[in-house]
Amino acid sequence: MTVKELETLIGAKNMTPDAPGDTPVTCGYACDLLSWVMAHGAAGMAWITVQTHMNVIAVASLMEMAAVIVPEGVEMEEPTLEKARDEDITVLQTDKTAYEICAILSAHGLPGKKREG
Amino acid sequence: MAAQLEKVFNVEAGAYTTAGEASTTIKRTLKQLGASREVLRRVSVACYEVELNLVIHSMGGTLTLLVDPEKVTLISKDVGPGIPDIDKAMTEGFSTANEEARTLGFGAGMGLPNMKRNATDFDIQSEVGVGTTITMTFALE
Repeated sequence: MTVKELETLIGAKNMTPDAPGDTPVTCGYACDLLSWVMAHGAAGMAWITVQTHMNVIAVASLMEMAAVIVPEGVEMEEPTLEKARDEDITVLQTDKTAYEICAILSAHGLPGKKREG
Repeated sequence: MAAQLEKVFNVEAGAYTTAGEASTTIKRTLKQLGASREVLRRVSVACYEVELNLVIHSMGGTLTLLVDPEKVTLISKDVGPGIPDIDKAMTEGFSTANEEARTLGFGAGMGLPNMKRNATDFDIQSEVGVGTTITMTFALE
């Protein structure tokens, strides 16, 4: 699944259309605790979070994630979006809940993050 | 990676919006030097956690990156307040983060354990009223 396909599947609005759409998405994840995500995140991940501050992009970029998904119509602040554009991280916004997004992605074969050890 | 390199970054207490900038620069530098994906991932996680700790808990400090042919070394040095009980601070789930940090999604009590898990060697020295120094090395093999 690519970022572009992900966007279409969940009917999301792409807030960073210039970021590459052909980036492969390897797994999905939902969590709002950034320290937790730092411990369990993975490259290529599509990460669902209601957090919208700059540190979200720092985490996504450091973990080399494919996309950040903001659920339930939550608006991401403009400075955060600017940082996302600088770092080439796709930010998708949708009215669906995190649960609904997970259900759709799972039904289309996107796995959860592989557990270590 | 045959390069020798030393870089020092200042990290300001309470500067949440710029938190992660030093880590991003460090990751970029190591990538340019040809570090493997695994090394990049481990250094990035530990580096971001230690940078966040400086922002959330310290009165300001520095983050030093040292690179030699065998390893990457990260040294975080702050000017206080110091940690009264290091064993407790190292316990997963224990956190003294303030409300502001928790609202942003930090303060899960995973920072120090995360650093230890990702570094090849991890050392923490702290004295209340003086400061804390964390030294982490990451083997390049």
